[in-house]
Amino acid sequence: MTGTPKGMAEQLLTFSEELRSEGVAIGTSEIQDAFRALEIVPWTSPVDFKESLATTLAKSPKDREIFDLVFDRHFFRAAEEAALEYSPEGGEGRRARLSDEARESLDMEVLAEAIREAIEAGDESAMNELARLAIEAFGRQGESSGVVGVDMQRIRRGLGLSPSSEAQSGEGDGTPLDRDQIARFERQLRRELQRQQIQKQGQLPPARPLSELNRALPMRGAQDLAAVHKAVAQMKRRLATLGHDPRGAKRGRTVDMRRTMRSSLETGGVPLNLKYRPRRPRKPEIYVLCDVSTSVSSASTFFLSVLHALHDSFRKLRSFVFIERISEVTHIFEEERDFSAIAEQITSTGGVADISGYTDYGRVWTEFLTDVSADLGPRSTVIVLGDARTNGRPPAEDVFARVAERANRTFWLNPEPELYWNYGDSVMSAYTPFCDGAFECWKTEHLEQFVDVVASGKADAATTTRKYTSGHRY
Amino acid sequence: MAATPRDLPESPAEVADALRDASYLADGSTALIAFLAQRLGKPVLVEGPAGVGKTELAKALSRSTGRELVRLQCYEGLDEAKALYEWNYRKQLLQIQATATARGDESGPVGMGEIFTEEFLLERPLMKAIASPDPVVLLIDEIDKTDQEFEAMLLELLSDFQITIPEMGRIGATTHPIVLLTSNNSRELTEALKRRCLYLWLDYPAREREVEIIRLHAPDIDEQLAARLVEVVDMVRELDLKKPPSIAEAIDWARTLILMGADDIDEKTFRESLSIIIKHRTDLDLVAEKIVPRLGQTNGAGSSNGTG
Repeated sequence: MTGTPKGMAEQLLTFSEELRSEGVAIGTSEIQDAFRALEIVPWTSPVDFKESLATTLAKSPKDREIFDLVFDRHFFRAAEEAALEYSPEGGEGRRARLSDEARESLDMEVLAEAIREAIEAGDESAMNELARLAIEAFGRQGESSGVVGVDMQRIRRGLGLSPSSEAQSGEGDGTPLDRDQIARFERQLRRELQRQQIQKQGQLPPARPLSELNRALPMRGAQDLAAVHKAVAQMKRRLATLGHDPRGAKRGRTVDMRRTMRSSLETGGVPLNLKYRPRRPRKPEIYVLCDVSTSVSSASTFFLSVLHALHDSFRKLRSFVFIERISEVTHIFEEERDFSAIAEQITSTGGVADISGYTDYGRVWTEFLTDVSADLGPRSTVIVLGDARTNGRPPAEDVFARVAERANRTFWLNPEPELYWNYGDSVMSAYTPFCDGAFECWKTEHLEQFVDVVASGKADAATTTRKYTSGHRY
Repeated sequence: MAATPRDLPESPAEVADALRDASYLADGSTALIAFLAQRLGKPVLVEGPAGVGKTELAKALSRSTGRELVRLQCYEGLDEAKALYEWNYRKQLLQIQATATARGDESGPVGMGEIFTEEFLLERPLMKAIASPDPVVLLIDEIDKTDQEFEAMLLELLSDFQITIPEMGRIGATTHPIVLLTSNNSRELTEALKRRCLYLWLDYPAREREVEIIRLHAPDIDEQLAARLVEVVDMVRELDLKKPPSIAEAIDWARTLILMGADDIDEKTFRESLSIIIKHRTDLDLVAEKIVPRLGQTNGAGSSNGTG
């Protein structure tokens, strides 16, 4: 380690360790890359230093976000601690510089005025200072909620900063600020809030703060998005190779001229061995129907993450969500990568705007049959994610049977424990005869089980089902 | 590593300058990563929305370093035979027959070593990049369009810069290519691939930079007009469009405005030239509804912003 100062190696290792504990996957080779990068980049330039680390360690926008926060936490705090040691009043001095009179009166209007001036002048460091002050002022009023987003809103309202120029001109002083300038200040504000929160929670084991701060997925703790993705990746491999046993051996196989000629070279150009075109495993077309009604609301997040993972693995996948009616959401997954954004779009604008909010399976099957089932064929796999609770409405199992008949395979994943099936308004037993398999599925492990069963083949799916999920009532 | 040190840049600033000479305005981190890619000899994975200049970066790198650009455009179903190499079996057959006739019957069969040589190898882009005697820039475009199996195939190439051909053995790179992979982020790439790459996230540039970019590519444009144009394009990008306007389209628009002789973007010019930056029916409607009314109103703010 020639170019790096002493102690830097340990610093970097702790830093990588911290990143790992926040869920950023970092391999040893990546740390080595970081070291090699720092040997040729002047580590004295803060920006280059940070970017070099980022490019070698953080490999997605999400990781980058975490990286930025952890970087600040790690290196900022190191710098501040050093400053405190250096001069006893150093920590205070920094804060007091701009604010002596402002702090005493803590007058929001004075503060707002100062902020407006700083924003107008585009003075980043003043903005940073004022952001600290504003947070402090609100903290004094006991309004700190501990949630960054909420605090942001309050401070923004308290300062009367509003992006629309009308609101500004109402106060009648100075030129109206444009949205960019305010956004710049708010970025400072947000960073400062996040930083303080991290610092506050810095006492806790470092695994906690960020997960709550930024990566809180709206799902139950045990169900990790990554685990779902892994299970689905397995599923992909197995579905792809499944049920394609050569029927009527060799019938209709085509000779692969290129390979035949190639292999004939071994026999001096005489084509002794015919080579056939390999039967490509047909790409399965998957149709997923996902219940997003309130009765499965806790599970639907999990199901949405299953859908999310499926979309990564399968090219030919069409997804639908339904409550009372059915709505195709394939395009949302195609346009959007971020899981929480997808979840929000589906719940808000997914097109399942229902009046009652009660699931109507009968209607859903009918709609699916008329709108989509013309596309179903021998390659299609239909997967239903739902609790089969019809709210007393007709289950229309005959329509479902026709859907299942058109599709090659039909599977049903139920988010309820099997014990509750067929109790109350659950009509699971009406549907199971038409499925190639029905499974309880409310944990990632269940998903893996499902994959196992699916992988063991279509022919005896029913028996294997029994083996895996005991006490099935068909 | 065959490239001599003098070929390699000394600092990120040097790379930035070279890219600028090749008509590409790189920001700090782009230049830094381009620098690291050359010095560390690692591939770079470039991600970002469509139309922010990911492919252009590779082209600019090729221009600035004087290396040839080898491009592999990915698509679903791309396989080894089209990406790596293929045996030219027709030529091999001819060779066998020609040799057999020439030698007559007394000699033995044609040996394997005679027909499985480079002469009978059809090079595909990846092979070409590896085997090239001069260092190249290899662009693997839109890697997210391929299947995960193809990614796995790339791993050997990306970490060791070598390809294994069963009949011939390993072919290693004689020179070190600069490798860029681009992805539109339509699918999560595998960890193994990411691990071997440096990562660069490209986003739409800041307004000032985009003004610079436009003035670089459309030098005749008036500075005020360029600023105004970028402002409007920025507004359009903020809408929830199917296809937001790319940098290239903004440049096209600038050139169009010059041809039209426009000196400001008012409602009329905007409507007339709208189709340059908006390519979807539904987007057109949305823009007409949201942006056109704002044109008059933001005009004042925009110009005061420009001067102040």
